[in-house]
Parts: sequence; structure tokens; C-alpha cells
Amino acid sequence: MNTNSNAYTIGYASIMVIIVAFLLAFISSSLKEKQTENVKLDTKKQILSALNIKDGDVAANWENVNDFILNADGTLSAYDGEFKTNYSDTTELHVFESNVNGEKKYVFPVRGAGLWGPIWGYVALNADKNTVYGTYFGHEGETPGLGAEITKPIFTEQFVDKTVSKDGNIVLSVVKNGKVSDPSCEVDGISGGTITSKGVDEMLKTCLKRYSSFLSSATDATSGATKVEAAAQDSAAAKIAVVDSTINAVKDTIVAKVDSIVKEVKDELKK
Amino acid sequence: MSNLKETFLTPLGLNNPVAVQVLGICSALAVTAQLEPAIVMGLSVTIILALANVVISLLRNTIPNRIRIIVQLVVVATLVTIVSEVLKAFAYDVSVALSVYVGLIITNCILMGRLEAFAMANGPVDSLVDGIGNGLGYAIILVIVAFIRELFGAGTLFGFQIIPDCLYEAGYMNCGLMLMPPMALIILGCIIWAMRAKNPELQEK
Repeated sequence: MNTNSNAYTIGYASIMVIIVAFLLAFISSSLKEKQTENVKLDTKKQILSALNIKDGDVAANWENVNDFILNADGTLSAYDGEFKTNYSDTTELHVFESNVNGEKKYVFPVRGAGLWGPIWGYVALNADKNTVYGTYFGHEGETPGLGAEITKPIFTEQFVDKTVSKDGNIVLSVVKNGKVSDPSCEVDGISGGTITSKGVDEMLKTCLKRYSSFLSSATDATSGATKVEAAAQDSAAAKIAVVDSTINAVKDTIVAKVDSIVKEVKDELKK
Repeated sequence: MSNLKETFLTPLGLNNPVAVQVLGICSALAVTAQLEPAIVMGLSVTIILALANVVISLLRNTIPNRIRIIVQLVVVATLVTIVSEVLKAFAYDVSVALSVYVGLIITNCILMGRLEAFAMANGPVDSLVDGIGNGLGYAIILVIVAFIRELFGAGTLFGFQIIPDCLYEAGYMNCGLMLMPPMALIILGCIIWAMRAKNPELQEK
């Protein structure tokens, strides 16, 4: 058979393409379910990792985490749909809430762009909604040893206890390696991974900004606490005033008494 | 038998795909900043190359000459996709670690080079051995480059610190240039230089 004829070449190419297409379609559809399951499990694992829960069964640990959606007024309502693995939809903002060692933690999904592809992460905040409890970062194709270092503990653990927002602005930021000027809210970037580090910085700022109604509801709570404190101070001041006036009254009577005694003594002496 | 042994051993030394044929340089620069990804990449290429070599070798008498490169590319791309899909379903962690390299494996010149030069002209058993040999030859160079880059660039191997703290206190500093791709090219150049200096038959007249 002449393998160089046009008919053979076209026929060979067509059959090859059809076989490959069917093969790939078959493999993809037969493995689809298992893959989605894996992706879901992996997403849960990432969220748990932001909460510093890295050991144990993912499904069992997940029992402790609740999925919420943020309303426009800054309140949360429970999310009862299917667990999502992609949080790029900005019209539906998810917040995960969990109890770790008896303390409430909130996890916020963030997404952004690195140098070669998308990067994403989960940022866990403490109950005050303003300090970081833990972070997780993931990427699709950053360079190993450079940009890909954002996933390493040496980078993610830097965020712990940093302040997230000040006066309504997100101040949590990644700066050039060695250029940290405010250690309360800045972390070192990756040297050699400048664009990825900038991507993380931008991702944190834009994505956490969307949650500002929820984050600032934390500020309300703190100002509420301040009010209570102020009221306590007021009542204390009032009590002090009462005590003061009593002391003054007592002093006056004592002075008057002493005066009268002195007068009497003087009168006696004159006699 | 001695022929098979030769097929296996020459790509590891005198006919190394990276150091002598200077193929697959792009991926050698991209994944050698650390030892671990270099090994993963080396093994992935070895497996895919061995499989693709066997498939092409079995098909070699039916492939129309004018579209042979396209056929080779389709075979490689299909194999890589199938392997990554299967890993995603049954070994998710491995597939996440490999996701970066999938594109780099498909475009690796060594694959096309071996398919075109060897599998198109030899039987499946020879092709399998040739694929494994060339894949390992590529892996060896990657590991050497990654070893030097990680040790001097970050002071670690496999992520564990090797350079002791007291050296850092004495003023030793990691060489940041080592982590940059140009340094991989320079190290690769030095390896090629050393190989050619030792084996005069490699030098062009």
C-alpha cells in the first residue's frame, strides 16, 4: 500500500483524530466524578490549612466549618448550595466560619494573578476580624524556587498576627524583600519572585476590600466595646464626684468645728 | 543484547540529549532552581518518552511520511493528557505537583527528537530502551544543575538546610544569581565544556 498517497494521508489523519478524540473524551468523562471529588476535597484541605488544621481526615475536620454568604449590609447568611471550588464570582462572597480551640475564626477566599497564571489563597482572621490567624496560598504555574515559594510556610507564616485594615483601608501588604517598614501589617516578598509577590499583595487588597462591610462590622463591635468602657468611666467619674463632695462637706464641718473650738478656747483664755 | 545496552548507555554519556545534542534547554532552565522539581520533571519525561517511543515505533510503518511530525505530536500530547487525567483522579497530590510541567513535557524537543530519529526507524523494544536512556540522560543533567543551583542559591537540598548557620554568621551569603534562569544556562555551558574537554571526539573540526 502506498502510504504517501493523498487519500491515505487524509484518511490516516482523520482516523487518528477521531480515535484520539474518543479516547480523550472517554477518559475525561469516566474520570470526571472522581476528579471533581478530589478537587473539592483539595479545596477543603486548603481552607483548613489556612486555619492551621493540617492533620487528620479532611471530611471529619470539615464538619467544624460553616459556609456563609456575605449580605450587602455586612451580615452573614448560611450558604446551603453545593460546596464550591471556584471563588472568582464576586457577586457571591463566601465566608467560612470555624471554631479553633474554642475561638471563632473567619476564612476569606482570595483570587488574583501571578506571573504565569492565576494565584489564589485563603486568609483566616481571628474573631476580631482584624488580625490574621493563618493563610494558604496556591498557584497554577509560578516558577519553582521563585514565585512558587508563596505556598511555603516560610512565606505564609509571616502573615500571622498582622493587622488587616486601618481606618477602612486594607493595610495588609507584601513589600519587596527586606523593605518592611511597618512590621504590624507588612510582610517580606519573595526575592526573585517580585511579580508573584506583587500579585499576592494586590490579591489581598482587592479581595479583602470586598469584605469591608463585614470587616468594618468588626470595627462597630470594638467601638461598642469602647462605648461600654466610656460608660463605665462616666459612672466611675460620677461616683468619684459624689465621694469628693462628701469629703468636702465633711471637711467643711470639721473646719467649722475646729474654728468654734478655737474660739471657745480663746474666750476661756481671755477670762 | 550488547546493542540494547549501548542504546541505553550512550544517551547517559557520549550522546547525552542535553549536554551533547543541546536539546530540551528551555525546561532545563525552568525547573532546576530546586532539586525536587528537577527530579519530578526528569522522571515524567522519562516515562512519557518511553511510552511515546513504543507507540510511534509500533505505528512507524503506517505513518504517512508527510504528516509524521503531526502524528508524533498528537501521540505525545495524548499520552501526556491521559497521564495527567489519570493522576488527577487517582493521585491528586502528584498531579498538582506535576501541573506545572505538563506543558513543558509536550514541548520538550527531546521527545520529538527521539521519536523522529529513533522510534521511526527501530522496533518497540529498542525504542523503549532508547526512551528510558534518553529520559534518564536528561534527568541526570537536570539533577546536576539543580544540585548546584539549590545548594549555592538557597543553601538547601530538597528544602533542608545544608549550609550551617555558623557559616552565615561568619558572613557567607546565598548567591541570588544562582536562582535566576541565566545561571542555569551558565552551569549548563560549563557541563558541556567539561564534557567536550574530556571527550575530544565530541569537538567539531
